[in-house]
Amino acid sequence: MAVSVDEAVSTGPARDHTPPVRRLGGRGRSVLEVTLLTVLAVVMLFPVLWMIETSIKENRDVYAIPAKFFDFKITLDHYKDVFVNPDGGRSALSVSFLNSVVVAGASTVLATVLGVPAAWAYSRFAVKAKKDQLFFILSTRFMPPVVVVIPIFLMYRQVGLIDNKLGLILIYTAFNVPFTIWMMKGFVDEVPAEYEDAAMLDGYTRLQAFRRYTLPLLVPGIAATAVFALIFSWNEFVFATFLTSSDDVRTAPPAIAGLIGGTTTDWGLVAAASVVFALPVLVFAYLVRKHLIAGVTLGAVRR
Amino acid sequence: MTPPAPGRSRRLSDRWLAVTFISPAMLLLLAMSVFPLLWALYLSFTDYSATRGGRANFIGFGNYTAILTSAQVHTRALTTLIYVVGAVGLQTVLGFGIAYLISRRTHGRGVLTTLFLVPMMLSPVVVGLFWRFMLDAQFGVVNSMLGSVGLGQVEWLTRQRTALLSLVVVDTWQWTPFIMLIALAGLSAVPKYLYEAASIDRASEWFRFRTITLPLVWPLLLIAVMFRAIEAFRLFDLVYILTNGGPGVSTETLSFHIYKVAFLGFNTGTASAYGILMVLVVIILTQFYLRYLNKLKEG
Repeated sequence: MAVSVDEAVSTGPARDHTPPVRRLGGRGRSVLEVTLLTVLAVVMLFPVLWMIETSIKENRDVYAIPAKFFDFKITLDHYKDVFVNPDGGRSALSVSFLNSVVVAGASTVLATVLGVPAAWAYSRFAVKAKKDQLFFILSTRFMPPVVVVIPIFLMYRQVGLIDNKLGLILIYTAFNVPFTIWMMKGFVDEVPAEYEDAAMLDGYTRLQAFRRYTLPLLVPGIAATAVFALIFSWNEFVFATFLTSSDDVRTAPPAIAGLIGGTTTDWGLVAAASVVFALPVLVFAYLVRKHLIAGVTLGAVRR
Repeated sequence: MTPPAPGRSRRLSDRWLAVTFISPAMLLLLAMSVFPLLWALYLSFTDYSATRGGRANFIGFGNYTAILTSAQVHTRALTTLIYVVGAVGLQTVLGFGIAYLISRRTHGRGVLTTLFLVPMMLSPVVVGLFWRFMLDAQFGVVNSMLGSVGLGQVEWLTRQRTALLSLVVVDTWQWTPFIMLIALAGLSAVPKYLYEAASIDRASEWFRFRTITLPLVWPLLLIAVMFRAIEAFRLFDLVYILTNGGPGVSTETLSFHIYKVAFLGFNTGTASAYGILMVLVVIILTQFYLRYLNKLKEG
């Protein structure tokens, strides 16, 4: 990684020295830039490649000094360990993956059901202090999780939601709703209100006009928004680790983090579990790449 | 199919629709975000402990004065500041640099961008765990590579100075793509004719960069930087997994310290006051961010 720091420093001067480089011709400069980009891309991607490599190495190759880059034997044992216990039966990790699917899925559905109508209402109607309301909504998303988790923990202890999937689903819904509203408001704004007005002139009520004309146009936007909500819930760690404890309820992030901390850590297993965990996220993120900017800025920035 | 409704009742039903559509989401936020914070606010004036149980005694601003005058908290604040400035600064320089280089390419921009974005989508758990493995002093691949080019071994995560540096490096690795993505959007929105006009005037590359590119991209870039600064300020998970605050307290950020006070020290009252103070800072930062965003949208 030290390499990347050097690169950061050298990008500046490279740009400053343009005149001499340009005298070399656009070609020389182009080669320089491509080389620089390639080096940076390798540095950025190396950890990911190393993770994949580690996940298919035998244990003695994982800990080899100096590190083995190419000459190692490929094994899928670590992947087997992710899903199956050594003595047969499902592993605790695979149960946690299933929990993650349930929790992320349910919270995403809930956030969509709550957020999309609200976004439509904020987009279409004159709501009192609309801007303040929208600011307030997004502000809740910026609260430090460690701070929020203290009273949530006490609250959940009172009502028996500690170590309960429903508790996680509720808190994830709460942090996905602000995102859904902001993201979806952008999509609704793009659909002309005139469609609904025209439908209403034809005799439909406002609600019918929304369902028949606006909603179908919003489907791609809803899908993209839901995918981001899914990714956020899937990746979440702080609430998951403080609000759950048993293997039956725990989601994948704390379960994977729990693989270290014993006397010895099976890094091959950690790598395999991480790959299994990260792969769906990367696939989903690729599907919504067109909306990535809006997604990662919580719907605040749009092109 | 209902007949067209007359004007007045239509407006009434609009309001009714707005209320029924907005209030469920609002109620959830009030119950899960506002109510907990109010509860924390109440606890922050008491000596309540979640484990000891018993009654919460009102102690006024005791917790607040204790925190604001605590040397421990000052140390954590400084650590957080170094981390935020270091990581966000590095990300901005690197992210903008990469975006600038990509924006000058005509071929393969899509592929390049996609590749560069991978780290950003990973969970902090995966990132933290994996870098912990790569930075391991004995069998870590980073030291192995340093060794093969004849450089000495570095105890990345077990020495005070290098541990904080490692945290900055890992965060930079994960979030440089974020700045890059937004800078790239800004760069590709710069109208081409401006550059053409400048090249007719034989303006130097540096001049063009300073007078056209930077002023046009800067507002958007600032949004990204502010966003990252807020996120970095609340950082917890990466510290928890990568260094667990160690060695000593050298990588304890404010968030991590709150966790220790609340869940290891069980001083719920103190932790709540600590948390409320942090929330205040976040609210101020967020307000700046949102006002600026709003100005940018309207401008």
